[in-house]
Amino acid sequence: MKVKTAKEPMIRIAKRTELSTGLSMGIRVGSIVIALLACGLVLLLITNGKISFGDIYSQMLEGAFGTARRIKITVRDTCALLCLAVALAPAFKMRFWNIGAEGQALVGALASCIVVKLCPDLPVALLLLVMFIASVVAGALWGVIPGYFKAKIKANETLFTLMMNYVAIQLVKFFVVLWEKQKGAGVMSTLTTGKLPQLFGVDYGWSIVIILVITVLSYVYMKYSKQGYEIAVVGESENTARYIGINVNKVIVRTMAISGALCGLAGFLLVSGTHHLVKSDIVGGNGFTAIIVAWLAKLNPLTMILTSFFVSFLDIGTAKIASSCNLNDFASDVVVGVALFIILASEFFINYRVIFNKRAKEGK
Amino acid sequence: MKKILAVLLAALMLFTLAACGGNGDDTTDPNAGGENAGLTDLKIGVVLLHNETVGYDENFMLAIDAACDELGIDKNTNLIYKKDVPEDSACYDACVELVEDGCDLIFADSFGHEEFVIKAAEEFPEVQFFHATGTNAKIAGLANFHNAFASIYEGRYLAGVVAGLKLNELIENGDITAEEAKMGYISAKPYAECISGYTSYYLGAKSVCPSATMVVTYTDSWADLALEQEAAKKLIKEGVVLMSEHADTDGSPMACEDETKAGNALYHVGYNINFNDIAPNANLVSSKIDWTPYFKTIFTAVANGEEVEADYCGTIETGSVRLTEYNDANVTEEMKAKVEEVKAGLLDGTIKVFDTSTFTVTLDRPENEFVVAEVDEDGHLTSFTADAVADAAFTPDTESVIDGEVAESLHRSAPYFNIIIDGIEIV
Repeated sequence: MKVKTAKEPMIRIAKRTELSTGLSMGIRVGSIVIALLACGLVLLLITNGKISFGDIYSQMLEGAFGTARRIKITVRDTCALLCLAVALAPAFKMRFWNIGAEGQALVGALASCIVVKLCPDLPVALLLLVMFIASVVAGALWGVIPGYFKAKIKANETLFTLMMNYVAIQLVKFFVVLWEKQKGAGVMSTLTTGKLPQLFGVDYGWSIVIILVITVLSYVYMKYSKQGYEIAVVGESENTARYIGINVNKVIVRTMAISGALCGLAGFLLVSGTHHLVKSDIVGGNGFTAIIVAWLAKLNPLTMILTSFFVSFLDIGTAKIASSCNLNDFASDVVVGVALFIILASEFFINYRVIFNKRAKEGK
Repeated sequence: MKKILAVLLAALMLFTLAACGGNGDDTTDPNAGGENAGLTDLKIGVVLLHNETVGYDENFMLAIDAACDELGIDKNTNLIYKKDVPEDSACYDACVELVEDGCDLIFADSFGHEEFVIKAAEEFPEVQFFHATGTNAKIAGLANFHNAFASIYEGRYLAGVVAGLKLNELIENGDITAEEAKMGYISAKPYAECISGYTSYYLGAKSVCPSATMVVTYTDSWADLALEQEAAKKLIKEGVVLMSEHADTDGSPMACEDETKAGNALYHVGYNINFNDIAPNANLVSSKIDWTPYFKTIFTAVANGEEVEADYCGTIETGSVRLTEYNDANVTEEMKAKVEEVKAGLLDGTIKVFDTSTFTVTLDRPENEFVVAEVDEDGHLTSFTADAVADAAFTPDTESVIDGEVAESLHRSAPYFNIIIDGIEIV
């Protein structure tokens, strides 16, 4: 045994008491740079030298912004992710672990399709309005159910919201079979009506504007409204909330209604703005990715614009490299995973400091 | 952080806007020359639902690679794959992306891609679009949109003959009784393409082993390893002695190999991919759509500026449908000779896969609820109205019993036989 005593370990980890904003920002920006470099390295390894290190970044940029259309798609995908992240923020602020954004968005998308199938002859503007309301209500319902049981009988919301995802998936599969375009094929035709028009001549214009407005409203709601404050108090301590006279159960149900409704809105935009159909994987895992996007932004809706952009950019950028280097989608999963891991790790260095033995002796 | 990121972002945008200006020029160039481009100048884009780890897509890719190699098209520069493209507007985006990359021909491989390919085809009339397994080319009225499939039922029939001969061997050896000649089949979806496939396979087996029966189960997914292995276990409990599949992962051969190694011989007949390496003890053979002749035909036609048919159907005659290499450990020379004999019969027309005298149908079983057909007093089909012309209400529209057989893939390349026949049970 070389180590004689356990008293002075080689490395100690201590909680930081105080860190200047400049330094913490520096660590965060540094982690993004390191993440991007790591992504480049991973891609360099898995492409077997088919592409140079510099080309990786120029191709990622080209994939995301190479043409006006690509920029639109990058913005569209960023917004789709952003909407779900913004939807999750109030729930997470309340320490309510809503893992059900996927399902809440899915029922929202389904509700829109049902409306179109039921009354395809409505004038488009009215139809869109009805679709919008139906989606928001459906999403809110999907959020309120676990919220209600959490409030009433302390049902575990993580499992509950997760399970609700599967219920939503099965519901969608059921309806798709009703609508499928060829018996047994399990896919439906795209809807012929209920499509959001262009805004100022831009595809997806409506979706983008609606989501940006929601993002700003959500920021104001969380930061400056009384309800937003209640959410924060319930999240910090339910007992404190009760002590100062907040009706905790009401806040939980109300917040989950908002969270679910915004997810439902995301579903509405997926159907009316982008895909014009519903299928069980239409949300594409964004409901889960949004969780990490929201946390990376420290639940600040405005910061989420950046984090969701970053994730979408990596996704689209690696997809471009995947197609030029004959890789598949797994490459993109790995790269995004590596990047998020590194950025999350930076939070560790912001909250803790690592002290080496020598230094520890000098210190207080 | 926000400020710094905002500045970075702005810089990024500026930089890429500049790049975008430069890019606009390249994209128009190849399309302009597309019509007269020589064979080796063709640029090919391919949209795949999955990737090379999934049998159906792998088979598609292998054929494109082979066709490019044989025709001297450089795969590194002139072939672009878009993998893992879901069946929604992402498919349209992928098509447009390929057009922007200068592709002259764009292929998509999954049924649900069709609408989105058509949308792209409408927008880019100068690019030729091809969609496998689709049904709309004949009615879409677009000169640059085409469907393709193959008469895979012929290949399935041959694979079924191999299975039937194996069952006979088991019966002769006394391993099972004639009544126990029960086969299992893991199918993706209750969809005509799958139903036509397993029916022809079953008829092939039954043609040599009359007591053969089959249980079919659906996974409701084109490719899901776990679901396919689970389905295999379910069928094993049903007491099957031989398994086949129409699902795209290695789930079924792996399950059979495990079972065989555990001492309960469970033979396997595959689809599209040669599974002899994955299941050396269990595998017999696979039937396969070989898309190579199709791609060669299309590449050549487009290069020469010739018209391409709206709906291409590869056949056993053109080598588009065939069996993969046999697993010699399990298939005897006698069996192979018999298969050759049947193949010759299919080629000269003396054997018909869906010969209505070889099977009976019970029309009032629930699975046949939507089938429009008539049978005689013995249960043999006398009429079957197939939904061969695509429409939203899937109206049965085309009489398909012709000269005592169901004429599969005649009215269009994608299969339309969707009757569950006697001897097949769905579990």
